[in-house]
Amino acid sequence: MISAGLDVGSRTIKMVTFDTVVKDSVVIETGTNPLRRCQELMSGRDYGRLVVTGYGRHLVAPALGGEVVSEIRAFAIGARYLYPDCHTVIDIGGQDCKVILMSPEGEVQRFEMNDRCAAGTGKFLEIMANTLEVEVGELGNLALNASRKVQINSLCTVFAESEVVSLIARGEEPGAIALALHDAIATRISTMARRVGIRERVVFAGGAALNKCLLKLVGEKLSVTLTVPDEPQIVGAIGAAILAGQKR
Amino acid sequence: MANDNVQMWTELNIDLKSHDMLLSALGPIFQEVYLSQKNRPAGMGFYDFVVGDIHGIRVRELREHAKNGGKVVATYCVFVPEELVWAADAIPVGLCAGTQFSVPMAEEVLPRNTCALIKSSFGFRLGRVCPYVQASHLIVGETTCDGKKKMFELLNQYQPVYVMEVPNKKTERSRQLWHGEVLAFKDVIEKLTHNKITAEKLGQAIDLVNARRLALQRLYNLRKVSPVPISGKDALLATQVSFYDDAKRDTQMLTALCDELDKRVAAGQGVVPANAPRILISGSPMAIPNWKLHHIIESAGAVVVCEESCTGTRFFSDLVKPTKNNLEEQLKAISDRYMNIHCACFTPNDERPDDVVRLAKEYKVDGVIHYNLQFCHTYANEAVKMEKRLEKEGIPLLRIETDYSDEDKGQLRTRIEAFLEMIKK
Repeated sequence: MISAGLDVGSRTIKMVTFDTVVKDSVVIETGTNPLRRCQELMSGRDYGRLVVTGYGRHLVAPALGGEVVSEIRAFAIGARYLYPDCHTVIDIGGQDCKVILMSPEGEVQRFEMNDRCAAGTGKFLEIMANTLEVEVGELGNLALNASRKVQINSLCTVFAESEVVSLIARGEEPGAIALALHDAIATRISTMARRVGIRERVVFAGGAALNKCLLKLVGEKLSVTLTVPDEPQIVGAIGAAILAGQKR
Repeated sequence: MANDNVQMWTELNIDLKSHDMLLSALGPIFQEVYLSQKNRPAGMGFYDFVVGDIHGIRVRELREHAKNGGKVVATYCVFVPEELVWAADAIPVGLCAGTQFSVPMAEEVLPRNTCALIKSSFGFRLGRVCPYVQASHLIVGETTCDGKKKMFELLNQYQPVYVMEVPNKKTERSRQLWHGEVLAFKDVIEKLTHNKITAEKLGQAIDLVNARRLALQRLYNLRKVSPVPISGKDALLATQVSFYDDAKRDTQMLTALCDELDKRVAAGQGVVPANAPRILISGSPMAIPNWKLHHIIESAGAVVVCEESCTGTRFFSDLVKPTKNNLEEQLKAISDRYMNIHCACFTPNDERPDDVVRLAKEYKVDGVIHYNLQFCHTYANEAVKMEKRLEKEGIPLLRIETDYSDEDKGQLRTRIEAFLEMIKK
């Protein structure tokens, strides 16, 4: 029996179909009408049950006949499936970031999540990339090639952008600015992780895990080796699909 | 009736245009949060009626009282000993400060990084949208936090404010200070009302307020039952209304509600299924119409069974010890009772985590949600100790910091749903 999982995020929608392994996965942009996007994505697909997670879950699940699960649980289940020895998940998504600690049995034991604004999330990187006139996908490499270090103090997107602008005005090299931005996010997520408590293996998921500089800095700050799945964005959708398969 | 209200509001110098917006915003919220609930006790009809005419009938009663020479004393905090107000034939009203509506008004003056409760209360006065404030002869503040303390200085520019000094420690010296404050407050009220507070009058007032406390205790005891006979939202509303309704009538209404709940309990009838996760909320007060957290929790299928807060157990769990009709003993009993409120303004305040652990057991809760208003430093910092203590006790805890706005609703919902998934058996 094939089950389906949808992770309706703020920036992207992730879809996974699953039986005993991942059959198919899709990542598309959320756009302005996530419900229609999801309907298009699922139409004509052959699946039994559906579980929806992500911030759009309550919008999409009733319309598509699915059940809901929080991203926290979905990421825990997805990460545990990919890495049976995983005990901690760090996820930086489009507009939130979270750290989840799991029990040996794979149940969520403790978690923290940013509580309102998108400071220190994927959206933050997007806006900063824009200010530095690079693609968000290149921002990590730009930072890794920095020849010097500067400091950015603010994680608020608005304040940090002003800091970036004044650094640019001072003639600072873009790489150093990019590095400072990554450092600010890495510090924030590491503090969150230490508050929750970390146990290895630590899986780094979400779109921001694709960023090599962030991966390096978070790993350094926590003194652990982070595991990044092949497709870090779809971990929550995998978890949702697995849950859908378990529900009877 | 509606026209009578408008006339009264005009006399009270209410900003009618803003006030209209406030009331028309409240209606749909109340519909969504309260009236859409299923299986409500009939006894909640009174509270629905009170909210339905929130700035009408009760204000009219206060005005009548004032026309007959009586005084109205407005308060913001459970530390102000209302017995002294009743004993001087004045009426105390706990002011509401629970809406985002008045926050932007306050931000014209107050620093933005001030807690929502302070901003909301100040905004009500600045924007002239609360007839209770307008109808009061004296506002009594207190020093439970720095933000309030300084806000009262500013509020005093608009309306007479008297501030009671609540000490920060629980030492003998602090108790003496507080006792002195209670005595001074008696003088202030006597001067305001030109009425002498006699032992007989004070005895009656103590009985009056104790009776309401007992009725609230009874309501909360009924929430210990599983399946719980009343939603957390409804119980919260009953508590919130107790802050400004007539104490005698309120006791009657609470008693009638509890009689009904007794029957529900006898019939094993719950408002939610017995397996719904039971939640204790601990932390900052929730002034009317702040129902945000309860609504999110209960919409996710859990039920709030207790509030360890100033709009919960801290409001009524202790009685003023009955004494002989002797002013000195009565005043001592009053100051002892109020000094025993386990507010985070005290250091240390280890009794509060003790309370939460005890309540968690008594109410058989599956988890505790610690709630503090953003920029409420006392509760936010106390949450650190609370977290350690509850972890030791094996009681799951979720810490929430929020305000009155809706901007973080989505994230709160995710975190609360994840917490409920985590504690579900």
